[in-house]
Amino acid sequence: MAAAGETNRGGFRVWLNKRLPVDKFVSDQLLEYYAPKNFNIWYFFGSLALVVLVIQLLSGIFLTMFYKVGESTAFDSIEFIRREIEYGWLIQYIHSTGASAFFIVVYLHMFRALLYGSYKAPRELLWIFGMLIYLALMAEAFMGYVLPWGNMSYWGAQVIVNLFSTIPVFGPGLVEWIRGDYGIADATLNRFFALHVVAVPLAIILLVTLHLVALRQVGSNNPDGIEIKENKGADGKPVDGIPFHPYYTIKDIVGVGVFLVLFCIVVFFVPTFGGLFLEVPNFDPANPLSTPEHIAPSWYFTPFYAILRAVPDQKLGALLMLLSVVAWFFLPWLDRSPVKSMRYRGWWCRGFLAMFVISFLALMYLGLAPAEGIYVTLARIFSVSYFAFFVLMPFYTRWDRVKPVPQRVTFHHE
Amino acid sequence: MSKPLLALLLLLLVGPSLAWSAEAPAAAGTEAAHEGEAAAHVDWHSWHAGNEVSNLSSLQRGARNFFAYCASCHSLKYMRYSRMAEDLKISTEQLQQHILPPDARAADYIVGGLNPTDAVAWFGKEPPDLSLITRARHGGVDYVYRFLKTFYVDPARATNTNNLQLAGAAMPAILSDLGGVQEAVFTDVENVVDGKTVTVKVFSHFETTTPGLMTPVQFDAFVRDTVNFLDYVGEPTQVVRREIGVWVVLFLLALTWMAWLLKKDYWKDVH
Repeated sequence: MAAAGETNRGGFRVWLNKRLPVDKFVSDQLLEYYAPKNFNIWYFFGSLALVVLVIQLLSGIFLTMFYKVGESTAFDSIEFIRREIEYGWLIQYIHSTGASAFFIVVYLHMFRALLYGSYKAPRELLWIFGMLIYLALMAEAFMGYVLPWGNMSYWGAQVIVNLFSTIPVFGPGLVEWIRGDYGIADATLNRFFALHVVAVPLAIILLVTLHLVALRQVGSNNPDGIEIKENKGADGKPVDGIPFHPYYTIKDIVGVGVFLVLFCIVVFFVPTFGGLFLEVPNFDPANPLSTPEHIAPSWYFTPFYAILRAVPDQKLGALLMLLSVVAWFFLPWLDRSPVKSMRYRGWWCRGFLAMFVISFLALMYLGLAPAEGIYVTLARIFSVSYFAFFVLMPFYTRWDRVKPVPQRVTFHHE
Repeated sequence: MSKPLLALLLLLLVGPSLAWSAEAPAAAGTEAAHEGEAAAHVDWHSWHAGNEVSNLSSLQRGARNFFAYCASCHSLKYMRYSRMAEDLKISTEQLQQHILPPDARAADYIVGGLNPTDAVAWFGKEPPDLSLITRARHGGVDYVYRFLKTFYVDPARATNTNNLQLAGAAMPAILSDLGGVQEAVFTDVENVVDGKTVTVKVFSHFETTTPGLMTPVQFDAFVRDTVNFLDYVGEPTQVVRREIGVWVVLFLLALTWMAWLLKKDYWKDVH
């Protein structure tokens, strides 16, 4: 009788929660998770990255239903999807636009971390997981780019995969192992498909989960760089914190709305985005006998590509390109500033950050442009300033004259 | 108002007119220089197709042109006759009578015509499939438009013709019976490269030696319609894409506006 009485009291919800901690999860993650109330526009890009991930997973599943992997079928199947599948063009454009949108959102998300010192203690692991997501995203985007088997897919893969041949001793063997052939070929396309569709997405989902778990553990940073957990009220809740739900779930819907408006303007009106999101040579099928007049990787890789080309020695160039990505991982330990946010840092830190942003954007442009004349010189100058941001960071962050950080966050009611 | 501000305002008002009057004599000078020449320099690089892919009658004329002049050599291997007929409102009878080859069915892709072996023997290469020609070239529709309009007589070539857009094009000037045979006039321009004077031939203008069946205006429309058809073939869904897009964006704007009102309401009690 006792057992029957127990199931009757509270009904299904109690029954469920005894077996699965649904209420506890909702409470921990949303209702009782306190986020700083002073988030500004830069704090939309985390949730937006999650939205783009879902967009890419869903549109990708539908593309997989019609895409035909293989060097003689891949290109044709993409045109088949665009032309003969009901709304196939829409799914395809959503996926190709989504790839670029992912990087736009992630770059803005990373810039936010630089602006407010979000990588600093106690958020080092959160930052490392984020950087690992970024690396996985680069692999995912690169292999996805090869799948349509257009001429730029082919030649881009040729250039990027060959970079591994600069590794001493193992290089040439490694390149052959990656390609599964002596050149970019059918075998390469098949394995890139497997990695793009199964392996890397799984890794990304795992890393995103770890990123979010680590975020819940340490709590969000904010534009003032103040730890809100250090200032709790009588009720034990942070005085500058508000429950994530409903406040930030509702606020993030506004961000998602604005994002989707911009995203759909691209998808429906400028899906090729002037040859940046869908490149002109990729409307010709892969042709090993015809090199595009100017090979450039997708725009989101070009800052690193520009660094590679800026160095006269290929081995050294490849090494510096690797370092230009790896350097980001060390930010939590390179930054010696006693404050997190640029709001309370001095002109040294602000100046170097501004220089870094300019260098990154300039290198992005230069990586798309042909490597000739003044462009080479400029790429060298901006490569130096790019690395100066990291290498000199332990020094300028200490010389910097910081302002006193307030006790409470800055919040203006609209 | 302070004196420097007044001076600035005066400069803003008078400045442009001063600049204009300073430029004017120079412009007149170049015009005078041109009078001596037979015709003005033609900047074909700035030609635009100016086609409208939503213009159904233009697309129908373009399809007619394509099947009369292009289809015997070029395929559209991603396009079915039936899909084209449906999109372009070409009736089944018209399709059967004027377009469909005797051995083809309506659901077939637009291929065939020239035997690849013959093509290589006659032109040195296979004529490319034109399904994606407006997407796979820098300049897109403008590229195709300029290509079709810049054929000129060149006795040095096996086809006796050459092309400004695609130098050494394998394709002969098959539209010259319509647009006329034109010769290209080049002028010698002296450039100083590394201290040495190098003479470079620069295209000046075309001279029509044999007029075609069409007036220049008619021929221009003919080429524009044809390019328009190829633009459609490159992305058959583009018109419907833009039509749907307007509603999608309007819906999302309304949704975002409502979400913003909701956010404002929820955040009222955050101080």
